[in-house]
Amino acid sequence: MPAEHGHGHFHEVSFDPTASEPDHYDAAPTAGRAYRIGIGGPVGSGKTALTAALCRALGDEIRLAVVTNDIYTTEDADFLRRAGVLDPERIEAVQTGACPHTAIRDDITANLDAVERLEEKFPGLDLVIIESGGDNLTAVFSRGLADSQIFVVDVAGGDKVPRKGGPGVTTADLLVINKIDLAHLVGADMDVMTSDAHRMRGSLPVITQSLVDTPDAPAVADWVRSLL
Amino acid sequence: MDLSALILADSRFPGGGHVHSGGLEEVVSRKLVTSVRDLPGFLSGRLRTAGFLAAVFAAASAHAAARSVSGGHWTRLDLELDARTPSLAQRAASRAQGRGTARAGRIAWPSPVLDSLLAETPRPHHPIVLGALAGVAGGSPYDAAMAAAYLSVSGPASAAVRLLGLDPFAVNAVVARLDLRSVCTDAAAVAGDDPAALPSPGSPALDLFAEAHARHHQEEVRLFAS
Repeated sequence: MPAEHGHGHFHEVSFDPTASEPDHYDAAPTAGRAYRIGIGGPVGSGKTALTAALCRALGDEIRLAVVTNDIYTTEDADFLRRAGVLDPERIEAVQTGACPHTAIRDDITANLDAVERLEEKFPGLDLVIIESGGDNLTAVFSRGLADSQIFVVDVAGGDKVPRKGGPGVTTADLLVINKIDLAHLVGADMDVMTSDAHRMRGSLPVITQSLVDTPDAPAVADWVRSLL
Repeated sequence: MDLSALILADSRFPGGGHVHSGGLEEVVSRKLVTSVRDLPGFLSGRLRTAGFLAAVFAAASAHAAARSVSGGHWTRLDLELDARTPSLAQRAASRAQGRGTARAGRIAWPSPVLDSLLAETPRPHHPIVLGALAGVAGGSPYDAAMAAAYLSVSGPASAAVRLLGLDPFAVNAVVARLDLRSVCTDAAAVAGDDPAALPSPGSPALDLFAEAHARHHQEEVRLFAS
């Protein structure tokens, strides 16, 4: 509570936006558990491909596991297993009851259970990547599930997507604009896309990439390393 | 009805219930339920069997929580409910929801009663932890039974809307016409009985559907966990 503030009395509640006080909520338990990164974004934007790229880039240097929430099939988990980028034992698939955003935001139970199963199976994990099922621009991860989140959009989905905003684009800790190698084929204006993205996100970072040109997603992998 | 029972019965309660369809997904894939006309039969059958069983154990558990039982009572309730749930898939679904409900409930209604329940049964069955939470918060056995009975039909009803694109107003009306009151009155009436003497209603068809659902999930894919 801010103390005496210049006019001789104390306020029970401060409405001064510049006043700060210690956070009175319990800290999220971080010791002894893996760091969790959520990867969300629309259907087909390249979430699974990015997850696979991060597994390739980081799999040898840190202890890593993946939870995948496909809206419809276990296809994402199968894709990762087939890609051979991670021991299949380290991939958990969860069912979301036909409601992918509920499972990452409103009721995170199934995902927390999957993360905890992986942590029990592989003590000492450094990082768990939770890949959302493809959803809409309003889908974000609950802070109770993910410590940081990446929102993935792609140039083929339309260069106006960043401008449309929504919590995914505006609040994710990192926005990735994927498939930039396709920009000239679909008539997407990269300058418009990136400047819109920066305008919508203020100081939050934006990375543009093509997994065809750089299959190991080096810029995103560096961003992830900076968090660990 | 106590607030705790309303919260526990709310589909927005973050205990993991939304990924379970209570067998509805399996009957939809078998084309046994294809329209709103088929729902009253499925839901009232489920209410009088699996729903009644859940209501009985939730009521007994609320009764036990209010008396702060000890000496292995939670283990006995757990074993008796386990014995009344022949399908492995249904036992797994119940324990998954029990664990999720306990995770959310510990934060909402922390209590030594809940701690002792979880010390005896770390992955409790859903109706038992549901009833204990309602009891700890001051809800009656009848309130706990209502929450459990309602959840036994509201999950499948919502799954029917998602899977078949049914008219949500019509589905809601089907749920509103179900007779939860008599089921819950019967459940609350035996809440103080010895766990071994509690009723044991069963639905072999639901047991088999639950097993088939789990088996199909290994081959193709299901959207719901049960």
